[in-house]
Amino acid sequence: MIRVQGLHKSFGGKPVLAGVDLAVGRGESLCVIGQSGTGKSVLLKCVLGLIAPDGGQILWQGRPLEGGARPAFLARFGMLFQGAALFDSLTVWQNVAFRLRQRMPDAQARAIAVEKLARVGLGPETAGLMPAELSGGMAKRVGLARAIADDPEVIFFDEPTTGLDPIRARRINALIRGIVTETGATAITITHDMDSVRAIGDRVALLQDGRIAWDGPVSGMDHAAPLAGFLGNTPPL
Amino acid sequence: MNPVRLIGRAALSLTRWIGAVALFTARGLFRLRPFYGRAFAAQLVQIGWLSLPVVGLTALFTGAALALQIHSGGARFQASDVVPAIVAIGMVRELGPVLGGLMVAARVASSIAAEIGTMKVTEQIDALVTLSTDPMRWLVTPRLWAAMLTVPVLVGVGDIIGILGGWLVGTQSLGFNSTAYLANSAAYLERWDVVSGLLKGAVFGLIVAVCGCWFGIRSGRGAAGVGRATKSAVVAAAVGILAANFVLTGLFFE
Repeated sequence: MIRVQGLHKSFGGKPVLAGVDLAVGRGESLCVIGQSGTGKSVLLKCVLGLIAPDGGQILWQGRPLEGGARPAFLARFGMLFQGAALFDSLTVWQNVAFRLRQRMPDAQARAIAVEKLARVGLGPETAGLMPAELSGGMAKRVGLARAIADDPEVIFFDEPTTGLDPIRARRINALIRGIVTETGATAITITHDMDSVRAIGDRVALLQDGRIAWDGPVSGMDHAAPLAGFLGNTPPL
Repeated sequence: MNPVRLIGRAALSLTRWIGAVALFTARGLFRLRPFYGRAFAAQLVQIGWLSLPVVGLTALFTGAALALQIHSGGARFQASDVVPAIVAIGMVRELGPVLGGLMVAARVASSIAAEIGTMKVTEQIDALVTLSTDPMRWLVTPRLWAAMLTVPVLVGVGDIIGILGGWLVGTQSLGFNSTAYLANSAAYLERWDVVSGLLKGAVFGLIVAVCGCWFGIRSGRGAAGVGRATKSAVVAAAVGILAANFVLTGLFFE
């Protein structure tokens, strides 16, 4: 469904991505792991078109994601940002229904927003709150509701559990897994939290030195030599 | 380095910057579809309505002080009677637009730069892109048009309040007759005086919004980056207003 071929990106002459090759199929949940500063978020931003790569290409359903193809691609995906990235000036329901409000009446968009909020475990009373009134965990849930509001085919998760305590992190992981399974959406998760990988992923890819150093099923990662150092502090379940 | 090369490099850099700001302004002004009416209405309130108290108070005290100055200064050459006319012309042609613009710059350019800078730092601008929304159309266009339309209104209201400030001092402490003061103010004021002031207001509004948006979108990381963006926006807007005022005054009255 999405294929990244030979992706290169440097900042100030320092290569961050040095020929990344990666593919994810329809309905698959791929986790990209790597230590801080290895370029995981840069890879994600290149796929989303937020950063222009220096070289290589990104294919969506076999066609390069360039020019006119990108708006169509953007319309089919949802994104959960690391810090939720909720719009401060809008209420919770307006955040969730942001894209919907551009093509349907407010009442209809709000009803869908409330339904999506319920899906992530938030009651209708949260719909009128401002983002500043939410806890970190609630903000993540609202971000998740916004990501799924338009029934996307692909959902990107950028460090979905960062900044959350272990209990809330487990809840978010369970929610993400449930939503991905239920909707059949393709999921790409950027994380360095191995509990998230085990909870969310079908497949895992290790980004190291600007390339994919290992790519395989989650079930096989405990025995993969390139992941040994990375898994050092996280004993297998 | 060779001084000529140094000057050349600085000149090229300045030219590039001016070109980039001009393109940014053009994109912000003319990328109107889709037009986000709710965002525009919110900015009309933020930039226009909420700036009214600070612009009004500034105009009131400026008009009052101007009346005192003209009265005491004019006494040196027996021209104390011109207080109403000078206050009216001075407020409408110069002080109303410039001081109003500077107050809006202090309030609005900083607020726009801080808001957009924070949005950038917290990935809200990236989120807009991923929600199929062009940040220029959603963030910049409504602010540019709202500032360009509301600052002339603020200037107009400021002019009236400033003249009333002069009238208050004139009638309460300088011994002017109320009716005569107002009649004198109106008699010496020409239509072009008012129109030129309002046109200046529109240009100053555009400068304020462009500076706020430009520095906000280019804000660096973290609180320090947003702080620098805010400071740069206010300084650039203030200097831009004073420079534009000089150019416009030359164009309008020379």
